[in-house]
Amino acid sequence: MSLQEFFAMGGYAFYVWTSYGLTLIVLLVNIIIPVIQRKQFLRQQALKQKR
Amino acid sequence: MPWLAIIFLLLTASGLYGGLYLAPPDYQQGDSYRIIYIHVPSAWMSLFIYVVMAMTGAIGLIWRIKLAEIMSISSASVGASFTFIALVTGSLWGKPMWGTWWVWDARLTSELILLFLYLGVIGLYGAIDDKRVASKAVAILAIVGVVNIPIIHYSVEWWNTLHQGPTVSKLDKPSIHVSMLIPLLLMALAFKFYYLIAVIQRARIELLKRERNAQWVKSMLLEVGQ
Repeated sequence: MSLQEFFAMGGYAFYVWTSYGLTLIVLLVNIIIPVIQRKQFLRQQALKQKR
Repeated sequence: MPWLAIIFLLLTASGLYGGLYLAPPDYQQGDSYRIIYIHVPSAWMSLFIYVVMAMTGAIGLIWRIKLAEIMSISSASVGASFTFIALVTGSLWGKPMWGTWWVWDARLTSELILLFLYLGVIGLYGAIDDKRVASKAVAILAIVGVVNIPIIHYSVEWWNTLHQGPTVSKLDKPSIHVSMLIPLLLMALAFKFYYLIAVIQRARIELLKRERNAQWVKSMLLEVGQ
């Protein structure tokens, strides 16, 4: 099987790769959001302590 | 945590290699069936996480254990994500196979209600400022919603539906070939590990926020500040 055939997914490329792409995005967002929230929280609390 | 991530990545890599490359195309559905490797594990996770959320919610409700409350609400967003993935990938699979993105049949509708239950839990928790009270309210909602879980599971047997019947859980003789089954189970296991990673991440920040006035958080903040 050539690489081109692999990506063509027998004509279903749009459906298959959109599914996998969306899943990847959702799973990544779930990991990134807590990291951002943690940074925000630490910054806020640090500001409060300075006052 | 790094170990969980490594196990998750190894399982995902082998699952996707087996599912997207090694496994042959389906004799009826061609290559479109390969969506199964994320659709079915996501749908399983959406049910599994809901039960975990309701059970930890009940434990928090009965024994007032803070950690159970935190695990319960931290599960909600991960569960909602998997439910969303199951619905969207199902739609993307339904379009080429059934000719429609969506039908209001039992399986699809009950899974959509599951998404609304998750969103209800998240919204309710956010609406109540006292997080211990919020956890009580959310636990009750989650427990009542458990009634939806068997409905989703048996919907393809109880009602006529476009959705295909179970192919894996017939343990005596699964009607899926082993070259397709193994990657599917690998992906299911990978998603379990993903859930562990994601829920721990969420629980950590939730714990920090709740205990912001506790001594250990304050001393941690001092270390970070310096």
